Amino acid sequence: MSTIALRRLTKRFGNFVAVREVDLDVAAGEVVCLLGPSGCGKTTTLRMIAGLERATAGDVVIAGRRMNALKPERRNVAMVFQFYALYPALTVAENIAFPLPAERIDGAERRRRLQRVAKILHLEAVLDRLPAEISEGERQRVAVARAIVRDPNCFLFDEPLSRLDIELRQTMRSQIKEVLSGLSKATVIVTHDQLEALTMADRIAVMRDGMIEQLGSPHEVFTRPANVFVAGFIGTPQMNLIEADLVRVENGCAVVVLGGREIELAVDGAVARLESEKVTIGIRPRAFAPIDRPAPDTLTAVAELIEPMGAETLVHARGETGQDIRVVLPRERRISVGETLHLRCDARQTHVFSASGQAVRS
Amino acid sequence: MALWEQLGLRRSHGVGQAGWCWTLVAAIVSVIYFFPVLWIILTAFKSYGDALAVPPKFIFTPTLDNFVAVFSRAYSSGSKAQDTGFSLYFFNSIFISGTSVMLALIIGTLAAFGFSRYPLKGNDIYLFVILTTRMLPAIVVIIPIFLMFRVVGLSGTYAGIIFLYTAFNLPFAIWMMKSFFDELSPDVEDAARLDGSSDRGVFFKICLPQVKAGLAATAVFGLILTWNEFLFALLLGGIETRTVPVAMAQTVGGDIGVRWGLLAAIETLFLIPVILVTFALQEYLLRGVTFGTIKR
Repeated sequence: MSTIALRRLTKRFGNFVAVREVDLDVAAGEVVCLLGPSGCGKTTTLRMIAGLERATAGDVVIAGRRMNALKPERRNVAMVFQFYALYPALTVAENIAFPLPAERIDGAERRRRLQRVAKILHLEAVLDRLPAEISEGERQRVAVARAIVRDPNCFLFDEPLSRLDIELRQTMRSQIKEVLSGLSKATVIVTHDQLEALTMADRIAVMRDGMIEQLGSPHEVFTRPANVFVAGFIGTPQMNLIEADLVRVENGCAVVVLGGREIELAVDGAVARLESEKVTIGIRPRAFAPIDRPAPDTLTAVAELIEPMGAETLVHARGETGQDIRVVLPRERRISVGETLHLRCDARQTHVFSASGQAVRS
Repeated sequence: MALWEQLGLRRSHGVGQAGWCWTLVAAIVSVIYFFPVLWIILTAFKSYGDALAVPPKFIFTPTLDNFVAVFSRAYSSGSKAQDTGFSLYFFNSIFISGTSVMLALIIGTLAAFGFSRYPLKGNDIYLFVILTTRMLPAIVVIIPIFLMFRVVGLSGTYAGIIFLYTAFNLPFAIWMMKSFFDELSPDVEDAARLDGSSDRGVFFKICLPQVKAGLAATAVFGLILTWNEFLFALLLGGIETRTVPVAMAQTVGGDIGVRWGLLAAIETLFLIPVILVTFALQEYLLRGVTFGTIKR
């Protein structure tokens, strides 16, 4: 079975801990994205799975076998590198077929496989060219072709689309997803692009400082962020994170003090657990519903900057305590600078994070 | 305004784009540089009288006598022409230079790969020490080397002179090749490993083809260095292992004064191999000598 399991995987460089006790299981046919800002340890984790970095502690188990001590060439892992890492002196065809001799595949079978992946990735026309002579998008496809021509234990992708322009990225995203879905292999994709993660992954592992902050389906990490970091990291425009003092919770409403005014926000029942303390309220820019007049459960903000985004309009508004509040409104809703907005949000879309940054919900 | 603009010149960024003015300047500079070589080649085809003519002759009846005399000539007037031994000297030059450059390239490339990919503690110190061997002028070390060679019986042998030239070329080969290996993307090697290549496979199939330009440049530089080397060849070479530069020096004198035509003929022949190699490797050479500019 093509699976990957990481057990308390740790990597230290001197005193710096790059990856800290990461546990992760990737099932056969599952695509897991490691998502996080640069320096969060996601690439190091990937390189440890590949065997390009040696784990300081913990285990890498691929296809049920502990592989810590095995050299990369013995692990039977296919990887697509960020800069593609094509062999410059070999033609496209030689590049794609390069891994096959190691799997003892020669002759007719070798040609058959080459033709098959070249067809899938539309590379038939450039098979005789050198990597330097083809376009960026073609290079990217050659890198993918070189990975899927094999029958590996698992697939690893390191920022596979970061070098492509937006249009090409979209095409490749769906193409890679399609190719992977037919292979039923455990796949790990490293990316700092959340859109890539949200669209391609079955599950996303959001990483920070060498640790997995949250592991869940794209829907889960988006709708139920585990903490302030994940909440702020996933979703564009970024979630509004407003610091406030929690006064009391009554009738499913949290009463918070913002700029001297008490506001009643509809929240999850579990918030009742919290005593009065400092909390962070998280509301996505698209979760606001502007209403005409102020109410006890509305936030008040003055529009300062308006960015039309086509289908929607992004409004940067100034809240009561001076914080920046981002609101996305439908295009039809006309708005002008200086207009006062009364913003309401329903309980399911209002996230409350405790003083320690953890989400509070039932 | 920059000078070239005042002169109506423009900067060019490729072959064939240069303005006529630049082309002219380049042509003049080339002629100045090439003139001594041209003069040697012309002299090689001149008779004894023409070679010494004042004012110098540009138009004359060419003769191949000098080239014949390189290999076979009479040492005094009236005596029979005999073999001058130059075919052996040419063989020696080619054999000794070729072998030592090849050895320096093989050892240097392997060492450079090691220094680049498997750095030791104090890597830079080792590299520096290797370079210091080239900081002394040859004349300083010639006597100790001469004595050492005498003791171990290497003086006058092919092995001795090849060994010496290899050692001579090594620092340059190591430094040059290391800079080329340093330029390569480590990702490509990682990819090859993941694709099932051993360390040896990575070196031969992936790295080596990428540093062809470096190999070519290192080979040409090493070849020119050993090809023209005189001092060590004179003092450590024997009669059997005499190279062309030494033999040329010993041909200068003679009972009828300096035979410029003969010398020029030897030199013309001596130039051919270097020119051939340089042309053969030209494609890589330009990239090799401008090493910073290799695109990833």
